[in-house]
Amino acid sequence: MLTIALPKGRVLEELIPLFARGGYVFPSEWFTSSRKLVFALPEQGFTLFLAKPMDVPTYVEYGVADLGIVGKDVLLEAAREVYELLDLRISPCRLAVAGKPGAEPALYPRVATKYPRIAERYFKERGQQVEVIFLNGSVELAPLTGLAERIVDIVSTGKTLRENGLVELERITEVTARLIANQVSYRLKREAIQTLAERLGKAVEGEVSA
Amino acid sequence: MEKPREFEKPMGFRDLPPKLAARKRRFEERVHARFSAWGYEEVCTPTLEFFETVGRASAISESRMFKCLDREGHALVLCPDQTAPIARMAASLLKDEPLPLRLCYHARVFRAQEVEAGRQAEWFQSGVELVGLEGPAADAEVMALALDCMRACEVEDFQLAFGHTALLDGFLRERISDESVLEQLKEKLGERDLVGFQEIVNNSPLPQQAKQEVLFLLHVDKGSEGMKELAKRTRSETVLQAVAYLEACRACLEAYGFGEYLVFDPCLVGNLGYYSGVYFEGMGSGQAFPLFSGGRYDRLYERFSKPMPATGFAITLDRLMASGKLEVPETRCVGVLYPPAAMRPAMALAEKLRNEGNRVIAEVWRSERDEARMRRKAKQVLLLDEKGGVRRVDDCSA
Repeated sequence: MLTIALPKGRVLEELIPLFARGGYVFPSEWFTSSRKLVFALPEQGFTLFLAKPMDVPTYVEYGVADLGIVGKDVLLEAAREVYELLDLRISPCRLAVAGKPGAEPALYPRVATKYPRIAERYFKERGQQVEVIFLNGSVELAPLTGLAERIVDIVSTGKTLRENGLVELERITEVTARLIANQVSYRLKREAIQTLAERLGKAVEGEVSA
Repeated sequence: MEKPREFEKPMGFRDLPPKLAARKRRFEERVHARFSAWGYEEVCTPTLEFFETVGRASAISESRMFKCLDREGHALVLCPDQTAPIARMAASLLKDEPLPLRLCYHARVFRAQEVEAGRQAEWFQSGVELVGLEGPAADAEVMALALDCMRACEVEDFQLAFGHTALLDGFLRERISDESVLEQLKEKLGERDLVGFQEIVNNSPLPQQAKQEVLFLLHVDKGSEGMKELAKRTRSETVLQAVAYLEACRACLEAYGFGEYLVFDPCLVGNLGYYSGVYFEGMGSGQAFPLFSGGRYDRLYERFSKPMPATGFAITLDRLMASGKLEVPETRCVGVLYPPAAMRPAMALAEKLRNEGNRVIAEVWRSERDEARMRRKAKQVLLLDEKGGVRRVDDCSA
C-alpha cells in the first residue's frame, strides 16, 4: 500500500488525466466533493491525500506519505530530504524575477516573494544586495504599492504580470511537477514505487498503459 | 531579546521524561551489549573540542556546528559527531596500542538546525570505529554489527543499502572527462535528485551510448546481479576493483547470515570528500529517516598526522527508539509505608525486597492519603505497624 500526497489546485487537475493514461483511474467525485481530504483506493493499492502544495515535501520527508507530487518551485524552496524520482512534465511554468518595465535600479533594492529561500540564493549567487520580503500571495501587489521594486514568482502565461503592468526581467529556472519519494519508503517499498514510477514515466512519454 | 519563560529550552533541545529515558537506556544497553559482544571497547571524549582540529575534520558542515570561544579565544565546537574526536584520541592517546582498535561510544552530538524551529539539535548516537584494518572483511564486520543491533532492538523490515565511492566515481569518470560535470552529477545524487541527474546527463554533449550507460546507474539491479552488470559495462581497473571489493563484502555478510538484508545501490552517496570507500545506510519500518549510516574513511587520520585505514558507523538512537519494537520490561514496584517508630525494621524490609529484585519506595505513613498516593505508583503496598510487622498488604496490580 502506497500513500501519496497530492497538491491541491493547479497541478491536481492535470494529474488526474496523467494518472489515467498510466492506468490509474481516480473517482470523479474528486472534482466535485470539495471537503474530503483523504481517499482510500484499495483496489489500486493507494491511499491519496490532498495537501497544500508547500506542505507536500514535508509530508513526504516525515514519511506519512511514501510519495508526493509537487512543483519543482516548491522543492527548491522547501529543501527537504526526499528523492526526486520523475519529471511529470505537467503544469510547466518558470520562476522569474519581474518588475515594472524600465524601472531605475533602487538604492536599497527590495524583492517581494513567496519563495524567500530561492530569491535569497538567486541574488546572493549574483552578488546582488537585496532585501527579500516574504509575502503569502498576490505578490504582484508589491511593485504596484511600492513595497518592493521587483518580485520573484512563478510565471506560466505571463497574463497576471501583463494585467498588472509588470514584465519578466530574468528567468531563474523552469518548473514542472515532480514525483518525490521518502528516502526510507524508496528502499522498503521499492517494487511498488518502481512500478508506479515506470507507468507514470510511460504516461509522461505519451504511451498509454492498458 | 525576550526573556525566556521558566519552562523553555533552547531551540532544538528537549527533555526525556522517565518513560522516554527508560526507553533510551534500554535501547542503549541492548546496542552496547552487541558492541561489547563483538569486542568493541567503550570510550568517551569531551563534549567540546577545538574547531580548528576536530571541527574541521568532521564530516558535518561548519554551518551546522555550535561554536563558542574559550578564554584564550580559541574557537570550540560542541561535537557534531564522534568519529573525529575518536580519531584524535586514537592517533594520540592510543597511538601505541596494537592495531586494529575496536572502539565504541554512546554520546550526544550537536547539530545546529537550519530548516525550521523544533527540529532536534541534540542527538543520541551510538557507534563503532574499527581503526587500522583495511579490506572488505573489516567493512563487512561493522555492517554486520549494525544489522545485529537492528535485530537486537527488534526493528522490523530492516535493510542496509550500500555503495562504493570509487565505483561511482570511476564509472562516471570512464565516460565523463569534464570535472565540473562530474561534481554536479555526484552532488545531484547526494541531494537524491534523480531528475536533476538525468537532466545533466541528457543535456551533456556525451555520445548516446555513454549517456545510456550513465543513466543505467539509476536502474541497476539491487542484488549481486547489479554488480555483475556494472562490471560488464566497465572499462577501468578502479571500478572492477570496487566491484570485487563489494562482492567480497557481500560474501562476508552472507557468511554472517545477513545476506538477505543487503541492497546494492551504486548511487548511494554519503558526504562527498569524507568517505573513501564503502558507504552504507540502514533503514527500518516505522521511521522515515535512516537509522544508521557509516562507511570507510581512510583519509581522516591524515588530519591527525597518523594515516590509518578506518571504518565504522553511527546509529541515531532517537530514531532507533522510534523504530525498534523492543519493549522496556517493568520492574515490580513495592511501596513500604511505616509509622515513624518502625523506621529500623522498615529499612531492613526494604533492603531485603530490593535484594530480591524489586523497586522499593519506602516512606513514612502519616495519613490515608499517603496510601492512596503510593497505590498509584506501586504494584503492591505494605503497611507496617508500630513494631515493624506487616499489618496490611494492598495489591494494586488491577
